Formats: sequence, C-alpha cells, structure tokens
Amino acid sequence: MLSRKSIWFMAMAVFASAVMAVACGGEKKEEGVTPGALKGDLEIFSWWTTGGEAAGLQAMYDLYPKTCSPDVKIINATVAGGAGFNARQVLTTRMLGGDPPGSFQVHMGHELTDTWVTTGYMEPLDALFAQENWTNIFPKGVLDIVSYEGKPYSVPVNIHRANVLWYNKKVFTDNNLKPPTTFAEFFTVADALKAKGITPLAPGDNGIWASTQVMETVLIGSLGPDAYKGLWTGKTDWKSAEVTKALETFQRMLTYVNSDHSSLSWDQANDLVIKGQAAMSIMGDWLHADNVAKKFENSGWMPSPGTAGVYDALSDTFGLPKKAPNPEAVKCWLKLVGSKAGQEAFNPKKGSICARTDCDASLFDTYLQSSMQDWKKDTIVPSLAHGAAASQGWVEEINDATTAFVTDRNVSAFQGRLSQACVNAKVCKTTATR
Amino acid sequence: MNEAGAANSVKTRRPLLRLPRPLLRLHNIVSDRVLAVGLIVPSVVAVLVFVYGFIGWSALVSVSQWDTVRPDYTFVGFDNFRNLFHNFRFLIDIRNTVVFTVFFVGACLVIGFVLASLLDRQIKGEGIFRSIYLFPMAVSFIVTGVAWRWLLAPRAGVNLLAEKLGPGNLDYGWYTDPTVVFIHPGSRFGEALHSLGLGFLADANFGIPLALFSVVIAATWQMSGFVMVLYLAGLRAIPEELKEAARADGANELQVLRRISLPLLRPVTLSAMIILGHQSLKIFDLVVSMTQRGPGFATDVPALFMFETTFQGNHFARGAAISIVMLLSVSVLVIPYLYWSLRKEARL
Repeated sequence: MLSRKSIWFMAMAVFASAVMAVACGGEKKEEGVTPGALKGDLEIFSWWTTGGEAAGLQAMYDLYPKTCSPDVKIINATVAGGAGFNARQVLTTRMLGGDPPGSFQVHMGHELTDTWVTTGYMEPLDALFAQENWTNIFPKGVLDIVSYEGKPYSVPVNIHRANVLWYNKKVFTDNNLKPPTTFAEFFTVADALKAKGITPLAPGDNGIWASTQVMETVLIGSLGPDAYKGLWTGKTDWKSAEVTKALETFQRMLTYVNSDHSSLSWDQANDLVIKGQAAMSIMGDWLHADNVAKKFENSGWMPSPGTAGVYDALSDTFGLPKKAPNPEAVKCWLKLVGSKAGQEAFNPKKGSICARTDCDASLFDTYLQSSMQDWKKDTIVPSLAHGAAASQGWVEEINDATTAFVTDRNVSAFQGRLSQACVNAKVCKTTATR
Repeated sequence: MNEAGAANSVKTRRPLLRLPRPLLRLHNIVSDRVLAVGLIVPSVVAVLVFVYGFIGWSALVSVSQWDTVRPDYTFVGFDNFRNLFHNFRFLIDIRNTVVFTVFFVGACLVIGFVLASLLDRQIKGEGIFRSIYLFPMAVSFIVTGVAWRWLLAPRAGVNLLAEKLGPGNLDYGWYTDPTVVFIHPGSRFGEALHSLGLGFLADANFGIPLALFSVVIAATWQMSGFVMVLYLAGLRAIPEELKEAARADGANELQVLRRISLPLLRPVTLSAMIILGHQSLKIFDLVVSMTQRGPGFATDVPALFMFETTFQGNHFARGAAISIVMLLSVSVLVIPYLYWSLRKEARL
C-alpha cells in the first residue's frame, strides 16, 4: 500500500509534468502572406507609451488603413522606459529567440548598426529608399548615419536635439541674470543663483543615461564638435589634457545640482524648474513636449554652454528585421514612416522635427521652428547617450563610469575608465593602462 | 512530512487522496517502485534541462568571448572572471552585497527575535499582531520598493511627516545620500591597516554607503516578520520545564534567555540566516524598484549589473560570468546547510 506521503508526492509530480507539457507545447505562428492585398497582423515595437509620443505614434497608425491596407491589424507592442532602457532588453530576447517584431523603434547610428546590422539580423532597405526617392529627400548626414557599407538599414522618423539648456525665464528676470552661453558665464550665474537659495541646475538622473547626456554636452562644449566626433573614431585621445579639462568642468557643474537628483526622473526634475525651485536643466528637446503638456509658459531655451552652432542629434528609426512576420505589411509601414504625411502627423505631437527636409514649418510651434532652422545650418554631431555615436556596449561602459563619477567625483579615475572603455570597444589601441 | 503527520492525528482517517480508477488499475499491474519512478521522471528531466542544463550553458558562456548579440563560443579561459575582478562596478557591487547582507540579516534577526519574545508572553490579540508583522512578507519586493521609495523620498514621505508633526524637517537624503563612510587611507587607523598589509581596506570601495541603509530598512520591514514567526515557533518548542528548572535554580529572566532559550534556538537562527542570506545575495527587484542603483552605484548589486551588462551592453560573456560568481557565492552558503540538514534527516 502506498503511504499518503508518496501519494501526495506522485500527485505533485503528475501536476508538475502536466504544467511542463502545457508550457513547452507552445503555439506555432502562422507564416506566409499572400502578396498584393495586405492582411494579417503587423506588430510595431517601441517605447512610446505616454503623452505626445504615444499620440504621435497613434497618428501614424491612423494613417495606415488609408495608405496601406484596412485589413491589417496593427499590434502596438510597447515597453515603457526612457531612452528605450527596458525596451531594448525585451527586444534582444525576442530577436535572439527568433521571434522578431514586424518593425521596431531603434536609435539611428551605432545602436542599430553595431548591434543588429553587422551581426546580420536586419534586411537592407536600399530598394525602398530608391523607390521612394529618399536618397534625395533625407539630408546626407542622416543617410550616412543610417547606412552600413553603403546600404540604408532603417527609416528615420524624427530628429531630436540633445544639447539644449532649458531655463525658467521668470527666475532669470527676477534675479537680473542672463542665461549663460559659455561655461564661465554658467558658473557666474550658478553662483548668483546659489546665493539666492535657488538650485542652479536640476538634472534627474534616475535613468542611467541622463548623467551621460549632460556629460556629452560638456564634452562638445569644451572640446568642440570635431574633437568630440574624434572621440568615437579614435582620433581624439581620451587621455588628453583637453578631455581632462572637460571632465573638470563637468565635475564643477555637479556641485550646482539638487541633492536628490538621483531619485528623480528627468521630467520630475523639470518640475523643479517649472516651480522656480531650480533655474536650469540641460536635457534633450523632448523636455519641450513636457513643458507644453504642463502648460509652462516661462520656458526659455538655448544651446547648452559652449555649443552654439552645434546640433547634437539623435533620431528614432524603424527597420525591417530578417524573419519578420508579414514583411510586405512592414515595408508599407516603413514607407509611411518616411513619408511627408507620416512625419507631419507624428512630429508636431511628439515634439521633434522631421528627418525629411520638406516638412511644413507652419505645423510646428516656436521652439520646433527654431530647431528646424538650426538643423539646416548647424554642425551636426551624433549623440552618445542615445546610441548615435557609439555601440551599445561602449555606451554601457561609459554610463557605468559616469554613474560612478557622479558620486566619487574623481576625475583621474573617471578619465582612466573612459579611455579603458574606448579600448574595450576596440576603437582605441590597447596601450591604455588599467 | 508534516501533512502526513497531521493527517495521522486526524481521527476520521479519511484517505487524503483517492487514486482515480485507471491509475488504480495501473497500480495493480506495475509495482509501487516502477510507478513512483515513472511519475517522477518527467519532472526530473525538466529540472535537469531547465535548471542544471542552463547552469551548464551559463558556465559555458562565461568562458567564451560572446560580446555582441551574435553568439560566439570561442574559448577564452577565465579572462572574463579576471576582468570582472578588475571592474570597478563589480568591486563596488561586492562591497554593497557584503554590507547589505550583514545589516539586513542582522537587523532581521534582532527585530524578529525581539518581536517573537514579546509575542511569546501570551498577550491578548497575539494572532492579530502576528498577522500584522507577517503581512509585509505577502507583498512582492517590487511593491515594497515602490512604497519605500515614496516614503523615503527626501521631498516627501518621512521628512515631510516629521515637519508636519513637529520635530521639523529631518532634511535627510535617505537613499539619495551619496556619502560613503570609509576608513581614510591617511587616517591613523588607515595607516595602521596599511602597515598590517591590509591597506586596501582603507578605501572608498570598502566603505559603507549610507544610501544602502534605506534599502536595508525596506527589506527588513518586509522580512523581519517572517523571522519573528520562525523564532516564535522555536520559542514555543522549548519545553517550559527547562525554563522552570532554571528559574528554580535561581536564574533570572535574562539568564534563562541567554542560557536556555538562545542555545536551543540556534537551529532556527541558522535556518533564518540561510534563507535571508541567499535572498540578499540575489537581491534585484527591490533595488530596481526603489533606487535604480543610485546615487551613483551606492545601492548597486551584482544581479542588476548582470542584467544591464547583458541586455543593455550586450556583454553576454561578462553577464554569464557574473551569474556564475553569484551562483558560487550562494552555493557557499546553501550547500553546507543542505549537507547538514540532509545528514540530520538521515539520522532521524
């Protein structure tokens, strides 16, 4: 006779194996699409979940039935998190697991190229670019960044600027101060504000990328655009005295920030500026959409210190993964993303400018119009924190080094780690010491 | 084991489980042993594949040079581990884990024991108190993390509460305080350590980050009730005669506690330490939801580093190496315990 104990044990074993059988069975995806009439599902993967971003994305979805086909069901697969921090992890798992979405949002530049293109996970889009005449419509600088070995791999939908200094106009007029254009002016203004009990600079670096982004604007402002670009190709020495000077400037800037910066997200930090508790923030121009949403009228903007005439650019793009389900529907989505109608529907809501050069300026508000003009005449440099300048692995190591620096404030250790990161990324030669 | 024991004491002796008819018929054909083995095999196979198989695979990745999204199993020996122990973030993580484990386990044991001894006084409404203290354990660490992030936010929560209630704003940064308390290499104690060849201890990387205490508070809030229940069961198992005998011999309550209760509670303490210890070595969700590793890396932990370096930086080999180090550190704690308890079971 079996004891009760073993009966229980067996019952558990049966249950466990039944669960296993169900869990491992899985379901097979339907494949194969009839060419011509577009049908089936189209899964678009992004991290646009809130406010203007989500509204802009929805505006493009609304155009899909007219432009492409009313019979395609769009699946809006979103994973929340600033700068795609969480979304990328989900995407990696899906891509490596052989279950790519139809199309996914990815930053233009090395984030796409080094992660997915060189490793052979993406389809080239040269035919689509030729067919839509995009080679003439997108600026040359953008085409260079989205291309690898001469072929484009993703369609840019927008352009954001990372090097913007945002300030509370009222705080500045009340204290008879002028917004700073150079680092020297910045520190003068910051001292004056600090004396009045106002936090000069309000970063919110609860996301790991936010400190890196402030650091990148300091590098541009201190080194100049060409030397900054050289950092990513190995031409500028990470151990040079110029980089030391830039990092010391960054170090000094960090003495003017709110003490709880690490507990705030960038938009929570912006609330401090809106309330007048803080005077300035250095953040990308998605902050403008936050100001509009919060009906903040006293917002002023200018290039971050030392970066007048430089456009630190990043862009969201969409591409076509190999083995994507329903590729014809995806191609029509990409056509829509690159079209004038698509970009004019998306960008005013998202608070970014068109990657195309022929968008109607009257659709955009004052800030975006000024940004469109700068985009045409400024020197364009790729953003580091947002994947345009360096590979994901390199950015991750720089994020680590910056995060440690924000607390330990040790410039020489920081510089050593940054130059080691360049070596690890196989861009700098292996002469660096550990 | 306990179910069987409890069932035997039930007077009606109703069978706990009646085998379905087909299984009973099967039971007549094959022997107990064959049936038992046959039923266990599927789950054993599943565990072998999904637990041990993947541990083996992680070990394989940890000695490879897989550094992009494209798998690359070229053997590089222990390079990844060597680099890991030169990585500043990983060294900080080890420090944080040690500090967190010591304070978290220590606080849980002390608070749990104190609560248990108070409840053991046969007070009124013991059940209610027991539930109140045990309930935090029912929430997930994610919820705990979010709640305590709000409670300890410097511009809100506890600071604001203190301001409104009178004592004035505490003006304390809680988990945003970047201070790391450490032995300065130039101090007398630092120099003394240096002369002993332990100079590396006098370094910011071996200090105690204050922000970590906020996380310790949250984790202790969640887990000390569990330790209380363990201790309460342990206290109830101590025969009253032993205490009475000690009292009759003239021992005061403190001596009864020190000489009778505490030694008899040693197995409970050990179990609690193992359970809390392995949890604290692997902690991830609480830190993610509460502090996001900040400020700087003051509250960073190896699990978070592993997650980010793997899925954010695509350094798969490094991520695998971190998980293997974590596995080994947990094993150091758990394996002797398993060995000890299995041996004890065999003796029984």
